Amino acid sequence: MLLNIKDLHVSINGKEILKGLNLGVNNGEVHAIMGPNGTGKSTLAAAITGREGYDITSGEIIYKGKGITELSPDVRANEGIFLSFQYPVEIPGVSITNFMRTALNSKREFEGQPPIPAGEFLKKMEEKKKLVDIQSKLTNRSVNEGFSGGEKKKNEIFQMAMLEPKLAILDETDSGLDIDALKVVANGVNALRSENNAFVVITHYQRLLDYIVPDFVHVMYDGRIVKSGGKGLALELEEKGYDWIKEQVENR
Amino acid sequence: MNEEKENNNILEEVTSGDYKYGFVTDIETELAPMGLNEDIVRLISKKKNEPNWLLEFRLKAFRHWLTIEEPDWALLKHPPINYQDIIYYAAPKQKKELESMDEVDPELVDTFNKLGISLDEQKMLAGVAVDAVIDSVSVKTTFQDTLAKHDIIFCSFSEAVQNHPDLVRKYLGTVVPYTDNYFAALNTAVFSDGSFCYIPKGVRCPIELSTYFRINAANTGQFERTLLIADEGGYVSYLEGCTAPQRDENQLHAAIVEIITHDNAEVKYSTVQNWYPGDKEGKGGIYNFVTKRGLCKGNNSKISWTQVETGSAITWKYPSCILKGDNSIGEFYSVAVTNNYQQADTGTKMIHLGKNTKSTIISKGISAGYSNNSYRGLVRVSKKAENARNFSQCDSLLLGDKCGAHTFPYIKTNNNTAIVEHEATTSKISEDQLFYCQQRGIDNEKAISLIVNGYAKEVLNQLPMEFAVEAQKLLAITLEGSVG
Repeated sequence: MLLNIKDLHVSINGKEILKGLNLGVNNGEVHAIMGPNGTGKSTLAAAITGREGYDITSGEIIYKGKGITELSPDVRANEGIFLSFQYPVEIPGVSITNFMRTALNSKREFEGQPPIPAGEFLKKMEEKKKLVDIQSKLTNRSVNEGFSGGEKKKNEIFQMAMLEPKLAILDETDSGLDIDALKVVANGVNALRSENNAFVVITHYQRLLDYIVPDFVHVMYDGRIVKSGGKGLALELEEKGYDWIKEQVENR
Repeated sequence: MNEEKENNNILEEVTSGDYKYGFVTDIETELAPMGLNEDIVRLISKKKNEPNWLLEFRLKAFRHWLTIEEPDWALLKHPPINYQDIIYYAAPKQKKELESMDEVDPELVDTFNKLGISLDEQKMLAGVAVDAVIDSVSVKTTFQDTLAKHDIIFCSFSEAVQNHPDLVRKYLGTVVPYTDNYFAALNTAVFSDGSFCYIPKGVRCPIELSTYFRINAANTGQFERTLLIADEGGYVSYLEGCTAPQRDENQLHAAIVEIITHDNAEVKYSTVQNWYPGDKEGKGGIYNFVTKRGLCKGNNSKISWTQVETGSAITWKYPSCILKGDNSIGEFYSVAVTNNYQQADTGTKMIHLGKNTKSTIISKGISAGYSNNSYRGLVRVSKKAENARNFSQCDSLLLGDKCGAHTFPYIKTNNNTAIVEHEATTSKISEDQLFYCQQRGIDNEKAISLIVNGYAKEVLNQLPMEFAVEAQKLLAITLEGSVG
């Protein structure tokens, strides 16, 4: 199993947000995490990637057979965990090209490889830019500075393509996207799907799942996964809303 | 809060980078007796075999200095400087006049090699001529022949006094008179060496000129003097670098740089200042009190200052432009980084006198540790300066919560056609930015270096290529071990 989360409890400033979450992800799988706002979806992403301030009070995150909760975020990233941010941050004065080269070379250093030769790097950039329909104008600009919502999300997927992660977590990648941008992003993700990686797609709406078809759908409520199923579950949620899940949980 | 504590710990780590140029070279040094009086001034002048007018000039400055007080308006705190505890002249002993590289003391060559400055023309960065100054004297100026072909004069100040006395006499003290300020008076009395450069009419200097200053001897002050003249239509790009050994005592550095541009001439002056900043507790380090000023004397002339200030315990420095010629242009691009207990009070003055004069000020302050970093700038538009334009942007970046950033912009306009714009921002490296970088596999230290370099990019872009790379590395080293 690529990722195995066991009875995970996470608090922020002493307030428990995740209350015993279990999730198993194998290579080659796409898992969708759905649920109403404020149920801990983004907290899950932050806990897996090691963001500061998210205290794991109990439980385990096993990735590639090893516990990772003590590892720093950059080590986790270099081990192949990628997060497509819900709100990508601006880094003024740092071009995407420079940023990507620094990131890629950090990964190579971690793996004991020499820095990527300039020619090879540029070739790779060109190839991956096509994947998400990004113009060179954009990659010469500072990271996310003045980008539209769609450009920011495309840039996230572009970076994912460059870094070729084993486990990619997409946090509300569909929010703020029009239908055309959504298709571009989804096509990018689909092109990267393989037997050697896995995706965890966090989304509020089922719309994205029309384009990125999941193998499993999980519904989160009050810090736990309360229902799991196939892609049909997403459609059921779309039709009925989340209230019936809430009722089920509360009447248990 | 836990997070904050963690951040500060990492900040501490990043800011604890060590000074890499703190070594001392063991060379025989000739020293003047400690302290300052008229005899010392006479001694320096005699050592340099100076003409009488220059000695008189020094003495006038010295007598004036005795009557004035150290300025106290800057946001800087330091124990009083005892000017009698300083040695005012130190020179590496040399047996005879140098004819070629083989005759430079190998210890000195080695020193400059360690600093990454090769005095051997064959091994040098292509296209940069260097004047190497150690303590009070210039040891070697490279590429003399190439420059001679274009009738460009580039030599040590002492040589200029001997070989081009008329030029020196004509321009010395015309931009920074000894009455200008306390440190200018002191420098004029005791300056020992420095660089001199004259670009003749219509000549574009084909290579970068550079002076590298190194303090070596203990208890000495360094008082160098640079005089740069670009005659009509001339152009030169000039670089200045500096380092000093690591010592527990503070050392004084009080330099003067004067630039004069005639009609249609342009001078680009870049500094990477990396004097020893003191240790993590604020012990030792260079007191850097410098007066740099350029006079755009002719019409359509231009002076551009670019500085990257990472060193010194104290920096007091305001490279300025007097825009006298019509349509003349002044520029100031600055990155000042302070860490640990460093203090910097730096900025510029743009004095608009001519018509249609333009000035641009881009200042980026970065403070970390317990340091204080102030921008102090004056934009003055005189009555006759029709259609003057100024744009100023002063940004401060804070790393951690124990440091300070201050901005003191002064604007005085006496002409209502002037347009003066001032923008200022203060920011912190956000936890979001750091996490974003980390999530892409970039560790904290590299992330800070990346973000800080991005922040300073507008200024770093102004530096000549080789210097820009050096400056980027220097920023990373200065902030090494500093944010979270």
